[in-house]
Amino acid sequence: MVQTAEHAETMISLHNLRVSYGDREILHGINFDVMRGETLVILGGSGSGKSTLLRTLVGLEKPNSGEIWLRGKNLAAISSQDMEEIRKKIGMSFQGGALFGSMTVGENVALPLREHTKLEDSTIGIIVRLKLDQVGLAGFENYMPSQLSGGMKKRAAVARALAMDPEILFFDEPSAGLDPIIAAGVDQLILELKKAFHMTIIVVTHELASAFLIADRMVLIDKGNVVAIGPAVEMRASTHPRVRQFLDRVAEPEVAQELDYLQMLTENR
Amino acid sequence: MNVVELTSQIGGSVTDSLAYLGGLASLAGRAAYFTFVGPFRGKPLRFPRAVSQAMQVGVRALPILSLITFFIGLILALQAAYELRRLGAITLVANGVAIGMTRELGPLITAVVVIGRSGSAFAAEIGTMKVSEEIDALETMAIHPVDFLVTPKFLAMIVMLPCLTIWANSMGILGGALFGVAQANFTWTRYIRASLDALYLRDIVTGLVKSVMFGITITAVGCYEGLATGAGAEQVGRATTRAVVVSIFLVILVDLVFTILFFFMSAQ
Repeated sequence: MVQTAEHAETMISLHNLRVSYGDREILHGINFDVMRGETLVILGGSGSGKSTLLRTLVGLEKPNSGEIWLRGKNLAAISSQDMEEIRKKIGMSFQGGALFGSMTVGENVALPLREHTKLEDSTIGIIVRLKLDQVGLAGFENYMPSQLSGGMKKRAAVARALAMDPEILFFDEPSAGLDPIIAAGVDQLILELKKAFHMTIIVVTHELASAFLIADRMVLIDKGNVVAIGPAVEMRASTHPRVRQFLDRVAEPEVAQELDYLQMLTENR
Repeated sequence: MNVVELTSQIGGSVTDSLAYLGGLASLAGRAAYFTFVGPFRGKPLRFPRAVSQAMQVGVRALPILSLITFFIGLILALQAAYELRRLGAITLVANGVAIGMTRELGPLITAVVVIGRSGSAFAAEIGTMKVSEEIDALETMAIHPVDFLVTPKFLAMIVMLPCLTIWANSMGILGGALFGVAQANFTWTRYIRASLDALYLRDIVTGLVKSVMFGITITAVGCYEGLATGAGAEQVGRATTRAVVVSIFLVILVDLVFTILFFFMSAQ
């Protein structure tokens, strides 16, 4: 909480954000701000809408209503040229890495540089080796993604996300599918990036241990609504029943609402 | 089922089909934009990618295509001879094979082989990339998936399909020549000369025009199905199957339309 004064500048601002897939509304009016240089962890269970929120923040989903302000532009009503400019300033690390299987690790990292800069091949080569070294994969540039383990793939994906020196870095489930030791390594990597570059980092996860390790602030999303938001310490001490249930890992009661359950069985007749 | 339901179902599938064709056209249109307009707006063509696609689509298809069209030429000769023999006009086999191959079977068989090899591969490749979030990754890196993935494929297909068709025509005529030499008292050179005499430039050109249209159709369907893949590995298989079935149907349809067009154009 001492840090809040440092992060006075707002990086991303969400106002009453609503997103739907077809007729089904996933996010029912989300409001929060992300400060420059902070690490914000978006927590939530499966189907809570946290991944949809992340996809909307990077412009992969269009909101139905509401506003997302990023670098002075509203992503909900942005031209494709402006969106391209913003995308060059953000990096995203996908859940499975999403490395291009037909290219080597080095070519994967080099791709955004080849596409968006006029740097010479030798310069790109240096940047690629630098980025791979930062994520602990020095010397792996000629490997194919299929030759890497799950944890290494994630690291390579982070290197690719870092290629353009982004201002904001997004992580989708950084520790999903990794064993605890490798997952801890990825957490450590996020902490190092935060320390080294003062990057704004937004992480979507449901791993509590990792969340408390890396987060400056946390947002808990449940059924498409923000349940709680605050510094990690406040979150841990929260008395909000839904937050407690999530943090204490209490299973959903078998029949939460007996009437709802009956209605479900009888198909609302 | 009553009349109202029937008409509404027919109406529904007609609008679905039109929407599908619209999707194909818009994909082809965007690829055309990146091919012809993009280079003038600071987005250079992806020549190395197009060349590697052309290698995959064209050069690697040569052995199997040669074999198939050689057999087709031979079959065509046998079938034509069956009827021509009764008329005592067996030397016309050369004309039949030459015209049949260049106007129709050369482009069509080439298209079918390319659908099997490349149309399915396009759908599977792009579908797998969709499922593993690689398409999303391209978008978040501000790289347009159509520009990056689809345009090189269009370029490769539009160049390679006519080339393959010319090759297929030649192999078909060679297949016919085998029959001509073995059964119809031709020598190799006389058969080839007879074939060349039978052909007008128009026959070859109409075949090549068709093959370009086939190339556009196959690429559009393959890439569209790939991009429309839902979540999960099973969906990739489904997309691949649909790409093949829809491509074959649309290629035949395009073939029909252009054959009708050429028929009335030549009548004038």
